[in-house]
Amino acid sequence: MSIYEGDGVIEGKIVKISGPVVVAEGMKGAKMYEVVKVGDTQLIGEIIGLEEDLATMQVYEETAGLKIGEKVIATGRPLSVKLGPGLIKNIYDGVQRPLRVMKDEQGSFILRGVSVKELPEKSWEFVPRVKAGAAVEPGMVLGTVKESEVVEHRILVPPNVSGELKDIVSKGTYDIEDDIATVKTADGDVGLKMYHAWPVREPRPYVKKHPSTIPLITGQRVLDTFFPIAKGGTAGIPGGFGTGKTVTQHQLAKWADAEIVVYVGCGERGNEMTQVLKEFPELLDPRTGKPITERTVLIANTSNMPVAAREASIYTGVTIAEYFRDMGYNVALMADSTSRWAEALREISGRLEEMPGEAGFPAYLASKLSGFYERSGRVDTLANDTGSLSIIGAVSPPGGDFSEPVTQNTLRVVKVFWALDKKLKDQRHFPSINWLTSYSLYLDEIEDWWKDNVSEKWKMRRDEAMSILQEENELQEIVQLIGPDALPERQRVTLLCAQMIREDFLQQNAFHDVDSFCSENKQVAMLKSILDFYDTALKLIDAGVSVAEIREMPTVQKIGRLKYVSEKELESYIKGLTDEMYDEYDRLARSYAG
Amino acid sequence: MSDVQKEYSSIREVSGPIIIVDGVEGVGYSEVVEVTLPDGTKRRGQVLEVDRDVAVIQVFEGTSGTTTEGTSVRFTGHTLKLPVSEDMLGRVFNGMGEPIDDGPDIIPDKEMDINGLPINPSAREYPREFIQTGLSAIDGMNTLVRGQKLPIFSGSGLPHNEIAAQITRQTKVLTGEEFGIVFVAMGITYGEANFFTENFRKSGALEKVVMFLNLADDPAIERIITPRVALTAAEYLAFEKDMHLLVILTDMTNYCEALREISAAREEVPGRRGYPGYMYTDLASIYERAGRIEDREGSITQMPILTMPDDDMNHPIPDLSGYITEGQIIVSRELNRKNIYPPIDVSPSLSRLMKDGIGEGLTREDHDGLQNQLFGAYAKGKEMRDLVAVVGEDALSDLDKQYLHFAEEFESNFIRQKRDEDRSIEETLDLGWKMLGMLPEEELKRIDQKYIEKYYPKEQSE
Repeated sequence: MSIYEGDGVIEGKIVKISGPVVVAEGMKGAKMYEVVKVGDTQLIGEIIGLEEDLATMQVYEETAGLKIGEKVIATGRPLSVKLGPGLIKNIYDGVQRPLRVMKDEQGSFILRGVSVKELPEKSWEFVPRVKAGAAVEPGMVLGTVKESEVVEHRILVPPNVSGELKDIVSKGTYDIEDDIATVKTADGDVGLKMYHAWPVREPRPYVKKHPSTIPLITGQRVLDTFFPIAKGGTAGIPGGFGTGKTVTQHQLAKWADAEIVVYVGCGERGNEMTQVLKEFPELLDPRTGKPITERTVLIANTSNMPVAAREASIYTGVTIAEYFRDMGYNVALMADSTSRWAEALREISGRLEEMPGEAGFPAYLASKLSGFYERSGRVDTLANDTGSLSIIGAVSPPGGDFSEPVTQNTLRVVKVFWALDKKLKDQRHFPSINWLTSYSLYLDEIEDWWKDNVSEKWKMRRDEAMSILQEENELQEIVQLIGPDALPERQRVTLLCAQMIREDFLQQNAFHDVDSFCSENKQVAMLKSILDFYDTALKLIDAGVSVAEIREMPTVQKIGRLKYVSEKELESYIKGLTDEMYDEYDRLARSYAG
Repeated sequence: MSDVQKEYSSIREVSGPIIIVDGVEGVGYSEVVEVTLPDGTKRRGQVLEVDRDVAVIQVFEGTSGTTTEGTSVRFTGHTLKLPVSEDMLGRVFNGMGEPIDDGPDIIPDKEMDINGLPINPSAREYPREFIQTGLSAIDGMNTLVRGQKLPIFSGSGLPHNEIAAQITRQTKVLTGEEFGIVFVAMGITYGEANFFTENFRKSGALEKVVMFLNLADDPAIERIITPRVALTAAEYLAFEKDMHLLVILTDMTNYCEALREISAAREEVPGRRGYPGYMYTDLASIYERAGRIEDREGSITQMPILTMPDDDMNHPIPDLSGYITEGQIIVSRELNRKNIYPPIDVSPSLSRLMKDGIGEGLTREDHDGLQNQLFGAYAKGKEMRDLVAVVGEDALSDLDKQYLHFAEEFESNFIRQKRDEDRSIEETLDLGWKMLGMLPEEELKRIDQKYIEKYYPKEQSE
C-alpha cells in the first residue's frame, strides 16, 4: 500500500465552461474536492459540486481556449499540499506550485498546464529519533532534518498512519523521494518518505486546545501594549486602501516572535511580494540574529493570477502552518487580504448561480471564514508537544466601510480587532490603528505572562494610558468648540500627555532602523517615562507652574526621541531622562514655592 | 474536433451586446467569433460562456442590425490575438488594434494573446528608478518610479488631460533612456483624443507614441478589450524590444461602465452600484500588467486616468483601483478653482513606491526629509487656514501666521507651474527649500540636521 499515489481512473468530458467554473459529464464515482486535470492542456482543478454524472469544478488556471468535449481526468486525491523539508524560504502560488522553479523552467510569465514538484528535489541529512520496533503513533516525530539556519524540520508520521516501525534508515543523506521508514499497519506495510501529503480543506488533527495565555510579541508598541494578540490567537486588521494593512502585516511577518511565519499574499499586488522577496533576506531576526527568510514560507497568488487558486491559497497556507505547529513550533500566519479570498468565493459562487447573500457574497461566507480562523490555536500536538498557530487576517473593506460583510463576519470570529483609520493615515499617524475603536480580548489572559516575564505594572499602565486617551477624546470635543485656552490647566496637561502617548509611543516608524522593532522592555520603559512625566506635570500644576512652562521642559523633547534610542543605550538614556525630569521638577517647584 | 471552422446561423437570442447561439460543437471558452450580419457587415465577438451546445457571445461592435435569422456566426478556434511589431510605434489603431491611420499594414513579428500572462511574482524586479515628470507636485511629493502604476484620480471638468499631456511631453529618467508612450483612449471624445494627438505632434514625440483609440461614439463593448490590446503591444515593446513605456489609459471610468453593461446583459448578480463582483479581479488583470521584470531591460509604467463620479473617492471605480494601484495622484477641484495649475492636492495623493525611489544616487540625499517636512508644514498651514475661518487671522501667533503664509506660497509657487514648465528634480528640491526658508529653522524637525545646514537658505527669502 502506498500513501503517495492516487487511484484516478475516472474520465469525463467538458460540457460547460464559464470562466474558472467548468462542468464535465461522465464523472460518476468522482469525489467532492477531488483534484482534476481539465482539458488537453491538463489544467489543475478541483471538484466543488456533484450531480448525477455531472461534476462542477473550479479550475486553478486560466480557462481561455478550453473546449467543449475535451476530457477531464479525476485524480482520486483531494486538493493537498506536500509537507516536508524544502518549504522554508520557498515561494508558492495558491496551489503550492513553487514560483521560482516555474520561473527557471518557463520564464518570467506563468504559463498554463504546468506540472512541477512542490518540494525541491534535493537530498537532506536525516537524523532518526526512533528505532525499528517502536510503536508508531500518528504525528510522531521520526527524525529531524536541518532545513535552514534556524529551522529544525521534524519529520512527522502522517496523522493517518499508525502501527509498528518495521525499519528506519540510519543517520545519513537521503533524497526527498527515498523511503526512510516502513510501518507495519493493520492494512499492510506502508513506506514513509520525509514528506507526506495532507488535504488542504481538512484541519490537521491535534490532541487538545489550550487557552491562549502567552502573547505573540510583535515589537509593535500599539499592538503589544495596547491591543495584544496571543500565541494561537486570531486578529483581524481591516482598513481602506493606503491605511497601512500591508505594512502592518509585513511588520508582523518581520518581527513577531514566532518560530515559523507563513505569509499568504492573497489577491494583492505583485510588487508587494517582490518587496518581501527583496527585503526579508536582508533583515535579521532580533532573536536569532539570522535573516528572517530562514523561518518564512511565502504563498503568493497575486490579484492577476487565477481567481480559483486565490480561493485555495488561504487553505494551502494554513495547512502548511498547521504542519509546523504539529512539530511543536509557534507559527504565525498572515493573510493579506481575506477580502480578496472572499471575493474569489463570491465570483465562483456567482458562476455557480447560487443564491447570493449580502453584497453578493454567498450565504456560507460566515461559516467559511470562521472555519478558517478556527484552525488557529495553541494545542497539544499528536507528538505530545505544544505548538501554536496564530492567524492574522487583513480585510479590505470597500470604501473603508467596516459595515460590509467580510469585516463584520471576521469580527464575529477574531478576538483582536486592529481598526485602521483613514483620518489617522491622513495625519500621517502610523501605524494608523485607531485606539478608540480597536480591541483585544486577550488582555486579561496574557496579563500574568507580562507580570512574570516583563513588568508587574504592564496592564495597569496600559489602562492608565488608555484612560488618558479616552479623556483626550472627550476634551477634544470641547476644544473644537471653544479652543484649548478655555480648559483648566490640569486638563491641558492631560491633553499634552495624550499627545505624547500618541506621537511618542503609538506612532512607530516601520522604516526606521531602530524604531521598526521595539522590545517588550523598551515598550514598558517608554510608557513608564510618559506616565511618570504625567504625574510630575500634574504635581507641577498643583504647585502653580503653567502648562506652557511644562511644555518647555527638556524632558518632553527627550521622551520624543526615546523611540530612536537603541536597546543598548536605553538604560542610561532613561536614567538621564528621569534624573533630569526630577531636577527640573525641583527647580520649577522651588521657583514657585519661593 | 475537426479544424474546419463551422458557421452557424442558429441564433436563439440577441440581448444588448450579447447573442446566444444554439447547436454549436467544440466551442472554446474565450474563443473569437466572427458575426456576419444579413447585409454582409462583419463584426467580432468573444465567447463568454459555453454550455453544451449553447454559446454566449459578446459582440464588441454592438449588436445593432443583428437578426435571429440571416445572421451567421463563425468560430475561429483561437482566442484574441494582436499582431505586434516595432513598426507599431508612431501609428494609430482603433480599439481592436487595427490601424486606422493611412499608414501601411503592420507586418507582424508575432501574434500575442491580448490577455497576456500573469508575471511570476518571483520574476519581478522591484521598481525603484526615479522618473522625472517635471512637475514638482509629483516629482517632489509623490514620486513616480519606473514600473509603477500610479493613477490620476480626477473629476469632470478638471484638467487631468492637460496634466497627462504635460507628463507625456516631459517624462524622462535621469539615466537618459527615452520613454515610448502607449496612449489608450476609452470612450473619450474626439476633441480630447485630438488634444493628445496634437500634443504629441507638437512635441515631436509622435514617432515614439502608439495610440489606441476607442472614442465616445465607438462601440462601448470594444472598450473591454482596448486596454488589453494596448498592454499587449506595450509588453511586446517593453519586454521583447527593451523599451521603457509609459502607458496612459483614459478614461478607466468608461471602461468600468462597459464592464457593468456586459454584466447587466448577462444578468449577473450585481455588486456595489451595479458593477460586477469580479471588477477588482478584472481591473487587476489590467493594472498588474505594469512592472519591471528581472533580466529584461524594458519596463511598463502605467498612468491610468479616471474621473471619479461626483468626485467621490469611495465610488467603486476609484476605490477598487486604489486597492490595486501603487498610490494615486489626486486632482483637486478646490485648487482648480483657485486657478492653480496643476491642481494636484499633494496631501491625499500618495506614491507607494516613492520611499525606495528617492534619496542619494536616485534623486538627492535630502529628498525624503524635505518632502516629509513640506507635507507636515503644508498640513499645518491648511489647519491654520481652517482656524482663520473660525477665529480670524488676528488670533494667530506669529508662527501660526508663518505657516499660513507658507501654505499660500507653497500652492502658488511650488505646486503651481506653467503648462510648458519642465522643472528638473534639483529645481524642484531647491524650490522646496526656498519654501521652507519661510519657516524658522527650529521648526524643521523632520529633516536631518546635516541637510538643514547644507540646504536651508541662509538668508530669509522674505
